Amino acid sequence: MKKDIIICGVGGQGIVSIAATIGYAAVESGLKFKQSEVHGMSQRGGEVQSHFRLSDSEIHSDLIPKGKADLIISVEPMEALRYIPYLSKEGWIITNTKPFINFAKYPDINKLMDSIDAFPRHIALNADETARNIGAPKSANMVILGAASMLLEMDFSELENGIKLLFKNKSDDVIQSNISALRAGREYAIECLK
Amino acid sequence: MRKLPLLGDEAIAQGAIDAGLSEIYAYPGTPSTEITEFVQRSKEAKAKNIRSSWSTNEKTAMEAALGMSYAGKRAMVCMKHVGLNVAADAFINSAITGVNGGLIVVAADDPSMHSSQNEQDSRFFGKFAMIPVLEPSNQQEAYDMVHYGFEISEKYRYPVLMRITTRLAHSRADVAIENRNQQNEIQIPENLKQFVLLPAFARKNYNRLIEIQSSFQYESLNSGFNTYFEGTNKNLGIIVSGIAYNYLLENIGSAKSDYPILKITQYPLPSELIKKIYDDCKSLLVIEEGYPFIEESISGILSNGKQIKGRLDGTLPRVGELEPSLVAKALNLEIPVGFAIPEIVVSRPPSLCGGCPHIDSFNALNEALQDFTPGRVFSDIGCYALGALPPFDLINSCVDMGASVTMAKGASDAGLVPSVAVIGDSTFTHSGITGLIDAVQDKTPITVIILDNLTTAMTGGQLSQATGRIEEICKGIGVEEEHIRIFTPLKKNHSENVKVIREEMNYKGVSVIIPRRECVVTITKKTKEARAAKSKTEDKE
Repeated sequence: MKKDIIICGVGGQGIVSIAATIGYAAVESGLKFKQSEVHGMSQRGGEVQSHFRLSDSEIHSDLIPKGKADLIISVEPMEALRYIPYLSKEGWIITNTKPFINFAKYPDINKLMDSIDAFPRHIALNADETARNIGAPKSANMVILGAASMLLEMDFSELENGIKLLFKNKSDDVIQSNISALRAGREYAIECLK
Repeated sequence: MRKLPLLGDEAIAQGAIDAGLSEIYAYPGTPSTEITEFVQRSKEAKAKNIRSSWSTNEKTAMEAALGMSYAGKRAMVCMKHVGLNVAADAFINSAITGVNGGLIVVAADDPSMHSSQNEQDSRFFGKFAMIPVLEPSNQQEAYDMVHYGFEISEKYRYPVLMRITTRLAHSRADVAIENRNQQNEIQIPENLKQFVLLPAFARKNYNRLIEIQSSFQYESLNSGFNTYFEGTNKNLGIIVSGIAYNYLLENIGSAKSDYPILKITQYPLPSELIKKIYDDCKSLLVIEEGYPFIEESISGILSNGKQIKGRLDGTLPRVGELEPSLVAKALNLEIPVGFAIPEIVVSRPPSLCGGCPHIDSFNALNEALQDFTPGRVFSDIGCYALGALPPFDLINSCVDMGASVTMAKGASDAGLVPSVAVIGDSTFTHSGITGLIDAVQDKTPITVIILDNLTTAMTGGQLSQATGRIEEICKGIGVEEEHIRIFTPLKKNHSENVKVIREEMNYKGVSVIIPRRECVVTITKKTKEARAAKSKTEDKE
């Protein structure tokens, strides 16, 4: 088993939380992992990405080679396309369709979505809306992770458990919101993949 | 023995905690900050009474660590690569004094300049100081090398430099850890003149440093970190260092491949092993993160021997960090061609957070400067360096910690009046104060704006030594009280704030203006923590 995942979005969208949840799940599943994070200036409303590598055998590089990622998990549509050189020919894109517009020259969202649609293997959903609808407006990132969970080859319960571990110092409400968001994302993906 | 998922930075911190560290000293700087933060958060460190408060700058950190070492205890000092420039005087001379308790200096380099102003390679500093340099290739090695580093530091009585780069610092993997050492007891040096670098003593010490080089060479050969892997295809030998070793293995699967491989993670370069791979092979490829340090050491100016490929001949790019695909290309391996980024994708420049006090300060300053020709604002290292970008297009320099004040002084001396310095509160105590003393001494007409957001914001909100004492510092070094002006950077105060800046720019002497409002990120964090704490208590009730 080997999964190379690019997790991306804009600073503040919860990229590190997605990575940490998969990390906890990986450790509990007895898998090896390497996860490269972004810290520093790039967090100020800029592009944020994490390289996440999972495997049952030894992992060498902390960075995923270009053209070899199995998944791009993105909380923002344009960011999904930014890391496309990493995606393998058989790879999947799981992305939010809701743009994060914090600068003037943001491209036309319809054209962006056309670009994403050009990739046959993708799951795209408005995770912000989904999260709002289930009363967990701050958990769009977990909706996206839930949508990607079908392709992670990990026990779904391990991901739920990962959320519990990640937010162990937070209130039960926070944990429940995140788990609901994760489930909502997964349900969408199940429908989508039918 | 147990396993923990740790960042490279955290593996170093945990290694130090387990190796009998007594205190860690640091000034925050990406990508080194998490080393000290980990010690600050560690319950183990707390239980062991390991001290871990922030220092005012890298030089004070380095010197305090040297004092800890003088007293016989183990100390670690951490900084980003450019921080080592600030600490350089103490660092270089710590190799002349030598140490007593073990001392490890960690410098985190930032090739590709993810959050830095250059990509200088700290291995040169290690060579300059003539001390051992450790360059771990992964998180586990980083952890193990801290133990080893303290051991050789105490065995030979010299400081050791550990050099890491961004990718190792900020990448997480499982690390096997075990508690190995208790802290040292206080024990001052046997020779009470060891740390006295008067010329007569310094000459003796320097000779000892030269003599000890053969021992460092012995360690590089025998410690087990530098490894030679035999290979059958001797058309090419590969010398690979630090994290680049992982990129090589990513491409060839295992170090037991066709080519002879020399893995370097410890310096001085092991001459014997370098000679061996050179003699064994028809040509060499050097793969290293950072400057062509090894490559230059072995190819020299004349290059009249065998072919040596690397960053100097274009086999690998001369600048920027490495990644697996670049190494594949250097090995002539087939690399998968990824999709091209669609043209519609544009870069997303970093910007100040919504509600950031700097926005209001910059808007006020921009308006106050309207009547003058452009190019008068000297700035510094911090979030506010984003003032160089739209919509502000305000600042004209960002060079090194504290340079805003001194460059404004120099420009003012040249006749550019008004000249404005824009500096953050933490940067001001780090290195701005001394420049301000120069300006006060000279009665230079400059306007110094100290943006006080009550934290070291850029690196994630660490303690700022300036908090609560900026006015007192300014008064103490001679800035006239009536020219120390404080305002709250808020939209509703805009015209009043513009007026204050204008008045002070008209003053033909040193003015200090302090726009004061807390960083929105630290405020939000505090509010969240308070709310979480409250709801936890309510849960329990």
